[in-house]
Amino acid sequence: MTMLPCEEGHSSVYTVSELNAQIKGLLESTYRLVWVKGEISNFRMPGSGHYYFTLKDETSQIRAVFFRPQHRHLRFVPESGLQVLCQGRVSVYEPRGEYQIIVEIMEPQGLGALQLAFEQLKKKLEAEGLFDAARKNPLPACPRSLGIVTSPTGAAIRDVLKILQRSPYPLSITILPVRVQGAEAAGEISAAIRTANSLADSFDWDLLIVGRGGGSIEDLWPFNEEIVARSIAASTIPIISAVGHEIDFTISDLVSDLRMPTPTAAAEWVLARLDHLQRTLSQNEERISKSVTRILVNAEQKLRFIEERLQDPRRRLTDLRLLVDDRSERLRLALVRHLEKCGAAHAHLTAKLFYLSPARSIQDNRTLLDGQISRLNLHFCRLFDACRFKLKEYAARLESLNPLAVLARGYSVTFRLPDNRVLRRAIDVQKGERVLVMLSRGRLECTVAEVHDETTVS
Amino acid sequence: MAKKKTEQFEESMKKLQAIVEKLERGDLPLEESMESFAEGVRLAQYCHQKLEEAENKVQMLLKDQEGGWGVAPFDASGANDSGT
Repeated sequence: MTMLPCEEGHSSVYTVSELNAQIKGLLESTYRLVWVKGEISNFRMPGSGHYYFTLKDETSQIRAVFFRPQHRHLRFVPESGLQVLCQGRVSVYEPRGEYQIIVEIMEPQGLGALQLAFEQLKKKLEAEGLFDAARKNPLPACPRSLGIVTSPTGAAIRDVLKILQRSPYPLSITILPVRVQGAEAAGEISAAIRTANSLADSFDWDLLIVGRGGGSIEDLWPFNEEIVARSIAASTIPIISAVGHEIDFTISDLVSDLRMPTPTAAAEWVLARLDHLQRTLSQNEERISKSVTRILVNAEQKLRFIEERLQDPRRRLTDLRLLVDDRSERLRLALVRHLEKCGAAHAHLTAKLFYLSPARSIQDNRTLLDGQISRLNLHFCRLFDACRFKLKEYAARLESLNPLAVLARGYSVTFRLPDNRVLRRAIDVQKGERVLVMLSRGRLECTVAEVHDETTVS
Repeated sequence: MAKKKTEQFEESMKKLQAIVEKLERGDLPLEESMESFAEGVRLAQYCHQKLEEAENKVQMLLKDQEGGWGVAPFDASGANDSGT
């Protein structure tokens, strides 16, 4: 052990650097490898990637640093409040004169490290919404082309293939070989899922099964890695996660579109879906042909029923025909009776008519008429004689009134010629004009020798 | 693309189901029911065909020497219990 300066009689004085260097040496040699437990507080991770924090218990605390090369393989991320067990060495950071524990190994207390890592990743991805049902791909109704991301040499793939042989339909199965445990496994699984998606167009996979058979939590660990979870979440091909035995639950299970407890269960799921399809299809076929048969039979029955009803009018026709016959007969009889009745009436009327003939009356009337005509003739003769007598009387009277009768007494009538106007005044003719003088017997044509207005004869 | 095919298939199954139910109600006019029947048979055939479409094969995806992807037949007997 180094001699302390004080023991040399206070003569020696340390510089700060010397003192810190000595303390550092002392601490580093004394606490080369210690285990310390406590709660992490003031956790921070600057750009360097080293972890800085304080370990504390109820009454005390110590600074701690966990350098990146050492914590690179840590499965979980330390956080404030976490109870941990750390192994490390104690050292002094001389520029500040602070001592701290340089952590080499850290393990969470309570939960195992893996369990903690699981919980942490689960919390993180859940917060990002990666487990949301809404963002999951719908599973294919008829998986026909499967991609299986698993170990090509495991028992799991053999069991899966054996089950899928029972498929009622042909299945195209492509194995995407990966290691399913160890440090490289997560990277390979993640790459295989990405490859499957990039080759989806040429391979036409409609479902990926990602998984492995059962094992320890360490064995199953790749399926709890973030890189695998993110590849599954990003996949556009629906993914069934099928990891381990029934009790195991992985991050892959949570982020996948369907979780199956084992690869064989996933295969059974595919098989069940195809069986169900086959059953549904054949049932549907059966049902539609049954339905159509029933519809046809119904239609036929209906038709027959209607046909039967169609015959009714024919029967009715017969009835009508009989009715017509009956009516016709009755009509004929009625007519005959009517005619007979009419005949009798006619005879009666004829007799009556004959009886009432006007011939006799005509005869009587003719006799009467003859009598009347005789009387009329007689009457007419009498009337005629009376008329003739009267006419003679009138003629005599007329004769007495004849203006020419005066001519017999020596008068004459003078007419101017040529217009035969009776002359009343002498001045109505001129000297030289011709006049006609009518005498009682004969006429004189004269030429006026002189016209005198006076009547007296000189 | 695979998704789209699945959708077509599912749609066909749904249509088929609808036709079955429609026919089973039995209240369709005869002609319409014959049409539906023909459509149903066609859909069922389509679904069968889709299901039979895949080739029965087991293969393994491998990266070839040029770095491209290829497939090789997979022999299941190569799998054993030792690996997982």
